[in-house]
Amino acid sequence: MTILYILLVFMIVAAIVAVEIRDLLSSVIAVGAVGLGLSVAFLFLKAPDVALTQLVVEIVSVIILIRATLRKDIGLKTTGARFLSGLTALVFVAAIVLLAVFVFQDLPTFGAASTREIVASDRYIAEGETETGATNLVASVILDYRAYDTLGEATVLFTAVVGVLAVVRRVGRKSEPDMQGQEE
Amino acid sequence: MNLTDTRNVYVLCLILFCVGVYAILAKRNIIKIIVGVVIAECAVNLFFVLTAYRIGGRAPILEPDADIGPMVDPLPHALVLTAIVIGLATTALMVAIAMRIYEKYGTFDVDKLKELRG
Amino acid sequence: MSKEREQGMSVIVKTVTRLTVGMILLYGIYIVAHGHLSPGGGFAGGVIIALSFIHLTLAFGREVAFKALSESTSALLESVGALLFLCISLGGLLVGGVFFLNFFPKGQAFHLFSAGTIPLSNLAICLKVGAGLFTIFLAIVFLRIEPEGKS
Repeated sequence: MTILYILLVFMIVAAIVAVEIRDLLSSVIAVGAVGLGLSVAFLFLKAPDVALTQLVVEIVSVIILIRATLRKDIGLKTTGARFLSGLTALVFVAAIVLLAVFVFQDLPTFGAASTREIVASDRYIAEGETETGATNLVASVILDYRAYDTLGEATVLFTAVVGVLAVVRRVGRKSEPDMQGQEE
Repeated sequence: MNLTDTRNVYVLCLILFCVGVYAILAKRNIIKIIVGVVIAECAVNLFFVLTAYRIGGRAPILEPDADIGPMVDPLPHALVLTAIVIGLATTALMVAIAMRIYEKYGTFDVDKLKELRG
Repeated sequence: MSKEREQGMSVIVKTVTRLTVGMILLYGIYIVAHGHLSPGGGFAGGVIIALSFIHLTLAFGREVAFKALSESTSALLESVGALLFLCISLGGLLVGGVFFLNFFPKGQAFHLFSAGTIPLSNLAICLKVGAGLFTIFLAIVFLRIEPEGKS
């Protein structure tokens, strides 16, 4: 799995570029590169469902982010960091790394099953096709065994749409004549 | 270097998460903060799928003429599938709020927003 | 006709979009319909269908996009998708006494009409996610920004 390490290093380098570069449009394109590397990494981890969804969702996310940054007068200011907040951020990151060192002792090594028996996943693999009739086991998990999670996700997406419409709508003014066409 | 018997991939995933958290805490521009949130979410989704991998496993899709070898764990795939779409919804809401802030105050800078008490 | 020529992108982009937008929509419908047999499902298919409409909007401008799918129609479709998902789950409650029961006949494996209520749930999720994402895109992209300075 050398290719997985190369992909992870590429994603880390692209993330550092996205965070540190001064131009906002380049930063958004670097975030697109992180998402693309993640989608290819999912393919190498034998997760085709997740890779397909991550790729198309990353495309929509980059489109929305570019819309926020594509303006004529944003310029190159206001992307620096202050000294004290940089120090606070490093303290928090060091605390996260310290806690993670303790947690990682309990994880099994990469690719091995857990030492305890995972009852749910063994049941899903063994009985999934006979109980639900679907041959895509991930679809049988999200739409039959764990359909409550899908209902929760549908609620979150609905709330996000309501929130965006509430934020964008102008109060007390007619909204139709104010919209302008998208020009390139 | 033994490539599959260690926890090195988890360390790299943690470094990616720390890059995202550093961007959330230390940057002044709202767009950079949103970029940090997107990177941290990518790292968390990657961590879930990394714990689901089994050596020699195949994708959790049954095929009519292939024998059932060992499969990777399908449960974290289901959780990550939901989490990816929820991440997109929160990114869209943050971007809408950021655009409203720019329209009202004329800047993306978080420091100047704290000084403009209306 | 001259107003349509002013909006949107150049002629090359418009010609290529006329060829590809139907194929993207068809691909999205395929991913949704075979969600229980091959990788994909409602989420990825819904996003691909929304991307085909976004492609049309970005290439042709506002007027053509609003003729294809206006904002009120897409908001209505999103609510229809959510209600359909709830009705399928309540149908399980009525038939078998358990919420989210898979109550349709299972059928044979590897056929298109199998796996109980899973294809219907895929369709409901596709409507919800696709229409929701297109509504978010229309609201964010067509918001007019002029900075007012200090309010």
